[in-house]
Amino acid sequence: MIVCCKQILDPEAPPASFKIDSSTHTVIPPPGFPPVISPFDLNAVEAALRIKDTLGGKITVLSLGNNLLSEVVKKPLSMGADELILLEDEAFGGGDSWSTAYALAMAIKKIGTYDIIFCGRQAADWDSGQVGPGIAELLEIPSITLAKDVDVVDGKARVGRALDDWYEVIETQLPALITVSNELGEPRYPTMKGIMAATKKQPVRWKPADIGLEPAKTGAAGRWTRIVKLFQPVREAKCEIVSGDSADELGANLATKLREAKVFKF
Amino acid sequence: MDTYKGVTVFGEITEGKLSSITRDLLGGGRTLADQLHEELSCLLFGHEVSGVAPEAIAYGADTVYVVEDAHLKDYQTDTYTPAVAEILKKILPRILLFGQNDIGRDLAPRLAFRLRTGLSTDCIDLNIDPESKLLQQTRPVYGGNALTTVMCQTLPQMATVRRKTMSSLVRDDTRKGTIITFTVIINPSTVRTKIVNRVKQESPGIKLEDAPVIVSGGRGIGGLDGFKLLEELAKLLRGAVGATRPPCDSGWVPATMQIGLTGKVVTPELYFAIAISGASQHLAGCFGAKTIVAINRDPEANIFNVAHFGAVGDWKQILPSFIEKVKEFGSK
Repeated sequence: MIVCCKQILDPEAPPASFKIDSSTHTVIPPPGFPPVISPFDLNAVEAALRIKDTLGGKITVLSLGNNLLSEVVKKPLSMGADELILLEDEAFGGGDSWSTAYALAMAIKKIGTYDIIFCGRQAADWDSGQVGPGIAELLEIPSITLAKDVDVVDGKARVGRALDDWYEVIETQLPALITVSNELGEPRYPTMKGIMAATKKQPVRWKPADIGLEPAKTGAAGRWTRIVKLFQPVREAKCEIVSGDSADELGANLATKLREAKVFKF
Repeated sequence: MDTYKGVTVFGEITEGKLSSITRDLLGGGRTLADQLHEELSCLLFGHEVSGVAPEAIAYGADTVYVVEDAHLKDYQTDTYTPAVAEILKKILPRILLFGQNDIGRDLAPRLAFRLRTGLSTDCIDLNIDPESKLLQQTRPVYGGNALTTVMCQTLPQMATVRRKTMSSLVRDDTRKGTIITFTVIINPSTVRTKIVNRVKQESPGIKLEDAPVIVSGGRGIGGLDGFKLLEELAKLLRGAVGATRPPCDSGWVPATMQIGLTGKVVTPELYFAIAISGASQHLAGCFGAKTIVAINRDPEANIFNVAHFGAVGDWKQILPSFIEKVKEFGSK
């Protein structure tokens, strides 16, 4: 099994700390909030670990990016994954869904054999949700998105999908790519033993040339889309705070205020 | 490049009628097509769907492309991707729009990679750049903390569009249009997946997307019991109950009640955010509400930056007297 994990800025950092550099179309990392693995990718790690718990197997984690921090990208190892491959190079910078999926697909081709590739449903920074299906298309394997549970039975995967108003179970031939949603459940915490084992493991490092990536298809050079601007929306902060001497009074005052503002239908 | 022309909407059908997302996309697509002085078309794929084609014309399409096949009855990535790609190679649209929903999220990326073109997902605003005539696609990123505008270098320019960000035209059954039927050959042996089970998840009461009033609770509600009080208020106002991600992930309420970037996007008249801090992830799903009322213990909570009315304090103590007062108003 292969799990693609992305290091991102902590999405739980308070919105007030969020700043952008509009000239370079990039986000300035908020001080005091170290990066994390995208939460949906940790759900994907959890999905792979559950299969390993029952059926065994090896889990290889693939992370692409720049300024990767060892303590961040090794988290899946400390949860129980077996191997970590880092695609880290300046040339990977500034990519879009296309160049990212292409690089990951080339790395997966180099890995060779696999049964299931897991990705998070979307990265919790750019929220595109394209890289998973994109990798599957490049590798010409089936893709199943938005998984909330995954079982492997008789050499096939059974995937329950978390849809807007439906619950759907899809059976797929393997190899296949599955994107995982938060409905799968909380990813496990690393154990002390897992953390110790992860510390000892050395990640494998591949450069673009190692996976046969042409410079014109790498990172910013391989983009199909162009960012025209990145900006922070202006929100009108005009909240009318209702007061009251006690909680009881506050509740009643709030109701009166809403009635005066004619927000109720009666 | 000039052989690519027009705006095409991937149409969806719900209970025998054109889905509301498709009607909205046709409305938005009409504006784009008019700016380009080009045609608006709608794709209808499925089993016995041709009856819906006139509806797509009534909502703004000039041409409807109908593809009917028993294998297309329920959506599957492996059947729809090659079928839609084949038709797109015939009609070569300049712009191709999908809804940002279960199907759009699944099909649009796969199709973009097959057609070797760029895609922007979850767009909230689409415009034609007057100079280049290219589509400017604006979408929230970083959970809604920022917006980005992207242009696609390749054709067709593909976008998935967030619900309720475009509006439908008024239905006009006198509009004229053309219906063209295509056939595709789907070879079952190339389909590597199979739908084993498909069950509708019906939540009782009013659908969240249609509810005029929504009472939502966050992590601070503390459990299922807390949500019962929210339900009481929702019933009183003939609304529905929603939630942020933590109550759904903790199993207090079903996942179908989640409002936010990865849940439902709602635009009610009145939205109550109770014990909700206001994470961007959640606000992405409710910022379109006309009036937002927040109750939170923390006066610094981000929710007060977007709410119109607020009360600072423990919701458990505030809500009962609020409900009493609302009952009193309602009975008069």
